[in-house]
This record gives sequence, C-alpha cells and structure tokens, in this order.
Amino acid sequence: MVNTHTFLLIAVIAAVTYLLRSLPFLVFPGGRTPAFVDYLGKVLPYAIMGMLVVYCLKDTAVLSWPYGIPELLACIVVVLLHVWRKNTLLSIGVGTACYMVLVQLVFKT
Amino acid sequence: MRSPRLAAARRALLRTLPVFAGYLGLGFGFGVILRTRGYPVWLAPVMACTMYAGSMQYVAVDLLSGGVSLLTAAVTTLMVNARHLFYGVSMIGQYKGAGWRKPYLMFALTDETYSLLCGDQTAGPARHDYYFFVSLFDQCYWILGCTLGAAVGGVLPFPTKGIDFVLTALFVTIVVDQWRANRNHLPVLIGAAAAALSLLIFGSDNMLIPAMLLIAVVLTLLRKKEVPADG
Repeated sequence: MVNTHTFLLIAVIAAVTYLLRSLPFLVFPGGRTPAFVDYLGKVLPYAIMGMLVVYCLKDTAVLSWPYGIPELLACIVVVLLHVWRKNTLLSIGVGTACYMVLVQLVFKT
Repeated sequence: MRSPRLAAARRALLRTLPVFAGYLGLGFGFGVILRTRGYPVWLAPVMACTMYAGSMQYVAVDLLSGGVSLLTAAVTTLMVNARHLFYGVSMIGQYKGAGWRKPYLMFALTDETYSLLCGDQTAGPARHDYYFFVSLFDQCYWILGCTLGAAVGGVLPFPTKGIDFVLTALFVTIVVDQWRANRNHLPVLIGAAAAALSLLIFGSDNMLIPAMLLIAVVLTLLRKKEVPADG
C-alpha cells in the first residue's frame, strides 16, 4: 500500500502547502495584494468547497440501487443538524453514523 | 528571559484549548479514514507533521489511495489550500521580526491558528513567543488526534462500511458555514456545477483538474463582467 509514489505525493502536497503559506511573506512584504488576487480570495475558497462536496460523492451510483438515496439522506441530516446546532464535530459524527447505518442495515447491496 | 517565555507558553495553552477539542476530533476522523483505507498507523503522524492541513489531509487520503499523478496532487493542493495565501497576507505585519520562529510560524498557519492570532494585540518582544507556542500547541493537538484516530481505526468493534462519509460530511459543514457567512452563493454553485460537469465528461478518476480549470476560467470571466471597462 505504501510505496515510493505515496511518499512523493506526500512530499508534493506538503511542499505546495508550505509554498502557499509562505509565499505572501516573500512576494507581498508590504502587505498589499493585486486586485485580482483579492478577488480570487473572495470567491475561490467557496467554489473549491462546492467542488469537493461533488468530488466526495463522485462514486455514488445514482442510476442503480440504491440510487444515491443514502448519500442524499445523510447529507440532509448533516445540513439540518449543522444549521441547527452549528457544531462541526456533532454534524460530522451524527451524519457519518446515519450514513453507516443506512448502507449497512437499510439499503443493503 | 526564561520567565516571559514561560508566561507566553501558559497563555498560549489556555488560548488554544478550544482548538484542542476541535483538532482532536477532526484529526481523529482523518486517522480513522487513513487506517480503514489500509494505511499503517505511522503514516498519520508523518502526514500531520509534514502537511499539517485539515481538509487537504482528508483529500490527500483519497489522492493517495487513488494513486493520482504528482501534477494532479500539486494542482489540487494549490486550489484547496489557496485560501492560506490570504491568511499569510494579513499576518505579514504581526510576524515581522519573529526571527528564527518565522519559518515555523508560516508553516503552521492553519485556519484555526489564523483565527486565534489574526488581529492579536499582544505587544512587546514576547509576542512572537506567544505566536510560536499557539502554532506549536495547535499542531501537537492535530498530530495527537490523527495518530489516535489511526491507532483506533484498526480495531473498531463494528463494521466500518460507509465511514468514508466523514469526508463528505466535513465539506458539507464547511459549505453550510460559508453559505451562512457570505451572501454571494454564486461561487459555491459554480464549483459544484463545474465538478458535476467534469464528472459527467471525464469520469470519477479524472475529474479534478478539468473541474478546477473550469472553475478558474468561469471565475475570471465573471470578474471581467463585474468590472466595466472604463478608459
């Protein structure tokens, strides 16, 4: 499972992360950023999170049983619970537990 | 010399207690996922020490087990962690003069550490010690959570089918938080639509890079529309 490619991937992800965190200190030492960078800062994080939700659900079978129903139900649980209690760990914990019960006991494949 | 540094450490410890709870929980979830995908326990602290990124580490588990190319990993990290650029920009003044601590302060600037330190009013030479300890303690909590999760993930007393949903649930909660904090819902919808389109065309193994390109193009075009050309 763990091979050279695993370590290369970890190194690349770590390097790009550190680059992003340190770049402003090197490139914008005065603390002023170009308008386009400001604009991206306002919109990109939102777009990427929208993408990641879809990415997480990419292997959901919507055309065959159980038609993505467990995913849909569990997502609704997470959204409602999070709107209500605003507690990230609670929303994730209960949502995941619901999903596990749904795929293991209710919508068996 | 010794006493102010100790005082800074004590203050940092108290201030980071809420992050302790949050990082222990989120790190635990990461560790469990990593282990249930068949990776050894020690990989959790390795990733927590070298990457030290919350949502990106979750995505990384998926990238590792999918065996994606280095380019896909680099571009995905660039997009997922792009927000850290803006954390850095607003910390330039506060981190000025931090000396030997600065490389670590920059490395450890996660969402939670940023939220604790941004706008901090601590004055005097001890403030960089305080920033350093806040950053260090937060990462210690994260490493602890990730490692515990990976250790426990191998001996869970129940079937783990579906536990990957932790990943989906994490991003859904972030979208809900963002949705409530921001009035402009267009970006998140663009992101989701671009991903869905890319998934349909390129399939689940190759969707990431086309989706991110599409997002970059659409967001850039939208900005041109917002700012009318004036001579």
